[in-house]
Amino acid sequence: MNLFAATGLAVASAWAVYGVGAALILAGAAAVVGLRNPVHCALGLVSTIFGTALLFIDQGAYFLAAVQVIVYAGAIVILFLFVIMLLGVDKKEPRSAGTFASLGPVAAGLGIVAVVELLVLARVHYWATGAKSTTAALSGPGADVQKLGQSIFTGYLLPFEMTSALLVIAVVAAVALVRRGSGAPPQAPPKKAPATLRPPAKAPEAPAPGRAGAEPAGEKTRVAG
Amino acid sequence: MSVPGDWYLVLAAVLFGIGAAGLVVRRNILVMYMCIELMLNAVNLTFVTFSRMLDDLGGQDAVFFVLVVAAAEVVVGLGIIVAIYRRRAGATADDVNSLKG
Amino acid sequence: MVNAAYVIVALPLLGFAVNLVFGRRLGEPLAGWVGTAAAGGSFVAALITWVAMLGKPANMRAADLGIYTWVPVAGLHVGLGLLVDPLSLTMLLFVTGVSSVIHLYSIGYMHRDPGFDRFFIYLNLFLFSMLLLVLADNFLFAFVGWEGVGFCSYGLIGFWFQREIAAVAAKKAFITNRVGDVGFLVAIFFIFFHFGSLNYSRVLGTLVHGHATGLMAGAPGAIATSTATAITMLLFLGAVGKSAQIPLYIWLPDAMEGPTPISALIHAATMVTAGVYLMARVAPMLHYAPDTSWMIASVGAGSAFLAASIACAQDDIKKCLAYSTISQLGYMFMAEGAGDYTDGLFHMLTHAFFKALLFLAAGAVIHALADRQDMKQMGGLARYMPVTAITFTCAWLAISGIVPFAGFWSKDAILDSVWQFNKVLWGIGAFTAGLTAYYMSRQVALVFLGRARWQEARPLVSGAGAGAAHEPAEEPAGEPGLPAPAHGGEPHDAPWTMTLPLVLLAIASVLGGGINFDAFGHFDFLSRFLAPVFPTATPVVVGTATKWALSLVTLAACLAGIGLGLRTWVSGEHPALEPAFLQRAWFFDSSVAATVSGPLQAGASALAFVVDRKWVDGAVNGVAAGLRASGRALRWAQTGYMRTYLIGMSVGLIAVLAYLTFRVGS
Repeated sequence: MNLFAATGLAVASAWAVYGVGAALILAGAAAVVGLRNPVHCALGLVSTIFGTALLFIDQGAYFLAAVQVIVYAGAIVILFLFVIMLLGVDKKEPRSAGTFASLGPVAAGLGIVAVVELLVLARVHYWATGAKSTTAALSGPGADVQKLGQSIFTGYLLPFEMTSALLVIAVVAAVALVRRGSGAPPQAPPKKAPATLRPPAKAPEAPAPGRAGAEPAGEKTRVAG
Repeated sequence: MSVPGDWYLVLAAVLFGIGAAGLVVRRNILVMYMCIELMLNAVNLTFVTFSRMLDDLGGQDAVFFVLVVAAAEVVVGLGIIVAIYRRRAGATADDVNSLKG
Repeated sequence: MVNAAYVIVALPLLGFAVNLVFGRRLGEPLAGWVGTAAAGGSFVAALITWVAMLGKPANMRAADLGIYTWVPVAGLHVGLGLLVDPLSLTMLLFVTGVSSVIHLYSIGYMHRDPGFDRFFIYLNLFLFSMLLLVLADNFLFAFVGWEGVGFCSYGLIGFWFQREIAAVAAKKAFITNRVGDVGFLVAIFFIFFHFGSLNYSRVLGTLVHGHATGLMAGAPGAIATSTATAITMLLFLGAVGKSAQIPLYIWLPDAMEGPTPISALIHAATMVTAGVYLMARVAPMLHYAPDTSWMIASVGAGSAFLAASIACAQDDIKKCLAYSTISQLGYMFMAEGAGDYTDGLFHMLTHAFFKALLFLAAGAVIHALADRQDMKQMGGLARYMPVTAITFTCAWLAISGIVPFAGFWSKDAILDSVWQFNKVLWGIGAFTAGLTAYYMSRQVALVFLGRARWQEARPLVSGAGAGAAHEPAEEPAGEPGLPAPAHGGEPHDAPWTMTLPLVLLAIASVLGGGINFDAFGHFDFLSRFLAPVFPTATPVVVGTATKWALSLVTLAACLAGIGLGLRTWVSGEHPALEPAFLQRAWFFDSSVAATVSGPLQAGASALAFVVDRKWVDGAVNGVAAGLRASGRALRWAQTGYMRTYLIGMSVGLIAVLAYLTFRVGS
């Protein structure tokens, strides 16, 4: 084997990595869009995330890959699953047409057009001047984590702080959104509640994470899909 | 030599398109949300690819912040979804139309 | 001692301010005494100024006192200043003098009126404005006084504003004045445009150091005839409005709705003479505008005749006197038109005396008869009100032009100048003198002589409705007013505050001719006093024999008038001599209403209901309706469904990308 063969192996392995990553991504995406059960869709999302992380590593963004897995797959998707279980929407979404029956082909068409345009634009990137930004170069001495850290904590300090504040605000907002509050007006008396509303007697127990199946099925309207 | 950057860009574009189409088609609010996450992932991939192609760290910084903001957004969005579901079990995206003009 | 001039103006202003602030508290009659003291003080200051002026040589008697620069804009410098010269001083003396007398009279006349203090506030304000008008040293400042007297006239005519007829009369007076004021204002613009200044000295020239300058010099070419004619015509329009000549006299008879002292002061002696004063002031300019002089003389003659004819058929004692005022003002304008300003001003003086006296005496009669003003219901009052009757007689003889009363001298002087000017106008003037004597005698006969018709218990029918007016808080017609019934229902002479002015004015009416007694040589004080102010006046060169002849003719006409009037009207009524044509003032008001008001109202209705309501409102509402419709049309895009919004966003995004994509290629 000469260098050529070694190079060929590297190339082949690079392509293999890419292929695996692409497959994971696309399969996951298809699952999210196509599957009926929301839990299955969440699993598809996880697949996409893993594929993306793989491609991150392939491109040298090691830290980001790790963060991607930890934050996305490890927190966000878990959140999704929690809410799915909490609200009990894990029933299969019926294949009924719904309000916008004709949207499927429209959406597909729009999607294809968007992709084509993006590709054309990506190809012809004449407005990229190639000048270096204020941040450091990707290649260079030092681990990618170190360079990333330096860049964020010096050059992008303000966005960093702002996003931190944003996180806090988001948490507070979420709590405020879902809590009933001691000063909140009491739920409407059962007589006045329309039939579709969940019976108020059940309301205090709603936050309790009960299995969807444990809820009396009869009181549920059809699970929206 | 690894795969040329254009392939990654194509992949990201296709992912974005799938996510956009899914967002329009699906009715379950949570699944629509997941499609949004797909699109965000596509954007992240694009950023990292360009970071490599242009030899610039700024792309990875952008991804960093996109991740943080996506997390925050998911938190708030799920809170809203829970609030909607509390009023009306089994609500779909089509049922939340009280802002109709 | 020209600084006394400031005092002249300041005292009425002070009186006005004091009454304005403390009037309520001072109450009756103290507020009245404050006002009278202010007017009297002004008169004393005027006397002092006059004496000081007499001490100076004849041609150095003008003094321009500046007070304050009012408008210091580039090119237009208007200051507040006082011009003290023989003309303004003449006006000052009689204005303040008559005004003080009438202030005193008002204390008695307005007794127990709820608006007592308000009356004196207005009176002092009026006096102040009149003094400003007379003393101002530029046209704009004079205009301020002009408007001020107009406003005070409005406020005083409508003094008993709860009566609608009074309020309407006040409005009519003000608006008619306003029509004339337009002329005055446009004249001011012209004057500034042509002369670059509004100051009398600069526009009309001065007389200092013995020789005249500017327009006063009378040099040809100082101003183009057309310009002078335009300016003076416009100023005359203002004078016509203020001095109630044809065609703007319609307000004066209606102005009799105001209290009688007002009629005496404003509408006989002072305000209506403002027009005469204005024309006298611009005499140098009139020298260059013979057409305007013609116009002035003709309008004066016409007004004199017209008003005299109407007065022959009036039943209301005050309306008769109002038309008489218009007639006499016509005489003054005739004199000025003929170029004899001095005699016009002389007649103004004597007229102030006897007309004020006539009005005040009429007021005493009205007061005595419990606010009755219809002459047909008076009669035989000479027995009951001797002082009033005697003073009224003095005024009657004066106005009728009987020698040696004041009116004879002034009227004759005017007729002499008019004879020199135009014989036809002289004829009108002479005939009107006869008419004047006739209707005044008619008035005397109806009021003071003959049968005491007021004793016949006829219900109270007031021509101008003074009964309800005098005490608005009291019950209306049918109830006698205040003083009469308290003494057993007989009319009697008024208290001393009212009769003293009558006596004073009677003395002036008798002796007033001495001011300008030119029959036997050098007693023409007024002419010599005013000569420096009118260097461009036309000298009267009528032969002595002609003068005697003219006087005798006029005197004969007046005596005939007196005889006719007395004989006819002592015995009773003669409806045939009072045709409706004259009673209704030649139907002037109704014709104006028909020709002018009708179309104006139609135009106003058209504007209000068509232009405003349909077009303007329609346009505005149409805009609103259009917005609403477009909003409704655009509503369909707000479906409320998230998915449609998403699709919309996607389509938009794709469009933008498409644009960018295709732009790349170009």
